[in-house]
Amino acid sequence: MAFLEVKNLTKSFGDTRVLKGIDFDLNSGEVLSIIGSSGSGKTTLLRCLNFLETADGGSISVDGKAVFDAGDPLLSSHKAIRHNRINFGLVFQSFNLFPQYSVLRNLTLAAALKASEENPDYKKRKKEINAELDERALRLLDRIGLKEKKDSFPCELSGGQQQRVAIARALMLTPRILCFDEPTSALDPELTKEVLRVIKDLRTEGNTMIVVTHEMDFARDASDKVIFMANGIIEESGTPDKIFGSPESPLLTSFLNQ
Amino acid sequence: METFLSVSGKLAQGFGTTLSLFFLTLLFAIPLGLLFACISRVRLKALRFLMRAFIYIIRGTPLLLQLMIVVYLPGIVFNNPLTKWPVFKGNVPLSYFCGALFAFVINYACYFAEIFRGGIENIPKGQYEACEVLGMSHSQTFFRVILLQVIRNIVAPMSNEVVTLVKDTALARTVSVVEIYFAASEILRLQFIIWPLFYTGAFYLGFSALLTLLFGMIEKRLSRYWR
Ligand SMILES: Nc1ncnc2c1ncn2[C@@H]1O[C@H](COP(=O)(O)OP(=O)(O)OP(=O)(O)O)[C@@H](O)[C@H]1O
Ligand SMILES: [Mg+2]
Repeated sequence: MAFLEVKNLTKSFGDTRVLKGIDFDLNSGEVLSIIGSSGSGKTTLLRCLNFLETADGGSISVDGKAVFDAGDPLLSSHKAIRHNRINFGLVFQSFNLFPQYSVLRNLTLAAALKASEENPDYKKRKKEINAELDERALRLLDRIGLKEKKDSFPCELSGGQQQRVAIARALMLTPRILCFDEPTSALDPELTKEVLRVIKDLRTEGNTMIVVTHEMDFARDASDKVIFMANGIIEESGTPDKIFGSPESPLLTSFLNQ
Repeated sequence: METFLSVSGKLAQGFGTTLSLFFLTLLFAIPLGLLFACISRVRLKALRFLMRAFIYIIRGTPLLLQLMIVVYLPGIVFNNPLTKWPVFKGNVPLSYFCGALFAFVINYACYFAEIFRGGIENIPKGQYEACEVLGMSHSQTFFRVILLQVIRNIVAPMSNEVVTLVKDTALARTVSVVEIYFAASEILRLQFIIWPLFYTGAFYLGFSALLTLLFGMIEKRLSRYWR
């Protein structure tokens, strides 16, 4: 059984069927790139995985445990969703950092709030817990090369730096699968490089990731598996060698040639 | 010397009335505006529509007219003048003052409601979604992330509105509330003394300047970190 299993996922907005039955799976430590033309449903798929949208049908399981099943009302309660969504992290195209907080606080805020809810003796050990979180955040910032920016505010950073902070923020909650929705499409080529560098490092460290991307070089060189989406279905999937080397679908061929 | 003292006393009374009207209006209109803003965003369409229609009507008609309606309508149409309401215990100036205050509160609550609504609706959807995927609850999202951004969004328009309120308090004279301008003009009319009028002008100017300064400080503090 694969680490992540997505079965027959469907989603419509009104009369528009955006996902028409998505099936795929992913092993732990693998990187999946999702490519496809605009409007093919890539963002919607990621949003369903992260519970920002509720899929109409299908199921999602992580490590053998069902985290979503359209037919199971127990899994769609507010509480269950809040519990299950921690399996996934999401990095947005537009970063969405919190403008009023320093870089360090952006990283620690959600983790501190979580600790205050889940840790029965949070009040007593508040200082200690926050110090631990700060330390973890600093280690992450060090890894993405932004330790000296810990006290800066998001508006003082370049787009590439903001996106790296957003990645670190998602990592603070140690998601089991980290998703990226076109993490570099708001960035200049130069800044794109530094962000992709960080994602590649994360791969080396064994993180399981799903990356929606328009960077074909990245999909070819840095993923274990590629999915090509068209009109709400997976038109073709396979290893990067197969997708880029010997594409079968005519839609994929013309997508790659454009 | 005696006239100076008596004139100053009358002015001080008007001054107190103006300040009371100003601060009490803010005190009640801000929470009420928040409530109006929330109601104008509820799911229930009928309620939302009614609230927005009410706000539209209040904003679309002069405060002067609203003052007249609140203060004189009960007496003229229902034969039950404000001045005779038991709550006021025969205190005529108090009844006028409360009527005027009521009109001010409703009027300003509607303006504030629109400012609050705009401030809330201007927060990018991505901020809520970022909180959601980070596992925050709704209340954590609102109080830890959204609220400060809303406050920042509304400081400048609130500043305008509050300075306008300073000057609008002078309208209360039309329903016999002896605020500072009314006091000064009565002194001019009855005693032919003009300086209280200049004094009044200086008061409005000083008060507005103070408020502008205060809001400027808040705004600067809030925007030190983010655009
Ligand atoms: N909230 C929504 N309401 C209605 N339609 C939506 C909504 N979100 C997405 N859609 C529609 O779903 C379709 C797929 O959108 P989606 O954003 O998933 O595409 P995408 O593959 O991410 O495209 P892009 O490469 O442009 O980001 C589009 O036709 C879009 O108009
Ligand atoms: Mg998209």
